Amino acid sequence: MSQQTKGINIVSALKDTVIAGLLSLIIFGPVVGVLLDGYDFTFQGADVAFIVSIVMAGRFAISIFSQTEFGEAFLYRQATKDDGVVVTAPGYKSRMRFIIPIMIVVGLLVPFIASKYVLTVVILGLIYVLLGLGLNIVVGLAGLLDLGFVGFYAIGAYGLALGYENLGLGFWSMLPLAAIMAAVAGAILGFPVLRMHGDYLAIVTLGFGEIIRLVLTNWTSFTHGPNGISAPLPTLFGLEFKRRSREGTPFHEFFGLPYDSAYKYIFIYLILLLVVLAVLYIKHRLTRMPIGRAWEALREDEIACRSLGLNHVLVKLSAFMLGASTGGLAGVFFATYQGFVNPSSFTFFESALILAIVVLGGMGSTIGVVIAAFVLTVLPEMLREFADYRVLMFGILMVVMMVWKPRGLVRVTRTGFATRKGSAK
Amino acid sequence: MTTLLEFKDVDVHYGPIQALKKVSLDVKEGEIATMIGSNGAGKSTLLMSIFGQPRISSGQIIYRGEDISDKSAHYVASNGLAQSPEGRRIFPGMSVEENLLMGTIPIGMDHCDEDMQRMFELFPRLKERRNQRASTMSGGEQQMLAIARALMSRPKLLLLDEPSLGLAPIIVKQIFQILEDVASTGMTIFLVEQNANHALKLADRGYVMVNGEIRITGTGEELLVNPEVRDAYLGGH
Repeated sequence: MSQQTKGINIVSALKDTVIAGLLSLIIFGPVVGVLLDGYDFTFQGADVAFIVSIVMAGRFAISIFSQTEFGEAFLYRQATKDDGVVVTAPGYKSRMRFIIPIMIVVGLLVPFIASKYVLTVVILGLIYVLLGLGLNIVVGLAGLLDLGFVGFYAIGAYGLALGYENLGLGFWSMLPLAAIMAAVAGAILGFPVLRMHGDYLAIVTLGFGEIIRLVLTNWTSFTHGPNGISAPLPTLFGLEFKRRSREGTPFHEFFGLPYDSAYKYIFIYLILLLVVLAVLYIKHRLTRMPIGRAWEALREDEIACRSLGLNHVLVKLSAFMLGASTGGLAGVFFATYQGFVNPSSFTFFESALILAIVVLGGMGSTIGVVIAAFVLTVLPEMLREFADYRVLMFGILMVVMMVWKPRGLVRVTRTGFATRKGSAK
Repeated sequence: MTTLLEFKDVDVHYGPIQALKKVSLDVKEGEIATMIGSNGAGKSTLLMSIFGQPRISSGQIIYRGEDISDKSAHYVASNGLAQSPEGRRIFPGMSVEENLLMGTIPIGMDHCDEDMQRMFELFPRLKERRNQRASTMSGGEQQMLAIARALMSRPKLLLLDEPSLGLAPIIVKQIFQILEDVASTGMTIFLVEQNANHALKLADRGYVMVNGEIRITGTGEELLVNPEVRDAYLGGH
């Protein structure tokens, strides 16, 4: 490459612009330009011209930018596919140790500042954080592509609803039980699929998710099918959060407060926050324990693991079960938050969304997953006006991510291992 | 000298294709045994069959008096057999120390510090790179790491599958020097190699494998001067 010709090439930029303009004309022409009116249609030329001109201007700007020195360096930085983990020196102290306490305090204050609507959105975000963390163990750490994660979510949610209806078990007894149930389901799914890799595993797990949903839809005598089933609210030492309680006094009467439906959301939020923090802590510890290392090693090279004497069956199963139980926990919170569950909440789109959270956040990265979960759940709520374009945006986001940041927004950073002084026995 | 590992008339099939034909060999405690042979002779199959990948179709593999031919891979690997697999197979995203740590799976972390120090003495290059990601190292360093990782489990028998694969001659020389050092600590080594010259110079005893059969057996020196071996593997000069 010669150094002199390294100027800005306007011709090639214009070429790119024209191509982009034609492409956008093909895409947006029929979609935006033709407005159906009964059997007639009107042609909205101005709108099309507007969109196409925006696309062309954007493409031109990108072309010019990518030819500047800064742009070239920027693109190079973005495009280097240095996959893998950044390993820091053992003594390295993360800045996170300042951020985490602040985040916890902010998290605890949220319900008392935010409106009820904001609170419900944040609860949903936290539920997806749980789901993302669960799937992150399976996909991000152990490298097992699971497209049916929503199955465990459904088991948790229906566990609470059905446990309440049939056995009279409340939120607090179902919370651990649902996690165990989901873990057992994870083991049942795990055994037959342990021999599979990649695509095959993805298809089997996809099938599992659909089986769960179809059973919930069609087993009407037990699950009430598409009509759904109501789920109980959590109680505070037996105090209920309803306006009127059949037995005992409701929460607001006990404390002499006026009834407010926000109390139950505040309560759900606080429990959920604690559970999320606990899961975060457990996951943080696990990745530093031999089992976490074994998961990552299994993702990197299964054959090497087996030649080192690692029981890959146990390691994979543990990843599946832990991931599934986290999904189950999220399901319980979802059910109690909605007060009602039906099978339409557990479609493949949910699995794809959870997977997108993990991919977007950076496979294996905890912080990344937390951020991505909030981005993908809170953003659609904030952009209600653009609800029609939600899936389109989602698709574009995924494509852009895969091209520029295949390892996710937040690169996994792991403190390198150092043997502790005096730990030798 | 007691026999550590013994193959008795082992047959291995990949579907209809027979990869090993009535292979019998033994590795005695404290010696370096080597198996040389060309591409596709069945050398790696032989090593992998110790771990049951693939399972042998007839015969016996006896390790310390126990028939291990139907045991699972992790059982075998947890009982004093450590392998440095073909193509190194280190964990690319993990640091050197973490890779070494993975080697301690069979015995736990009790001797971890001590053994890691020992490895760093044996392989000073690894000490320099202890916190570096394994994928950023050169091929020779990665091979050293693979051997060190295998040694971390304090094996009774070290199995090496082509440690010279894809390395520059000068690095190969270094690796074999290190293997000699390892052997001098009393480690039993079973080395599978294409680089017959180096392997036979290092080994006490050698086997030559051709098309899944053991053709020639002898001490290292014998094989080095054996005209058949010289013609086939040592360039015939």
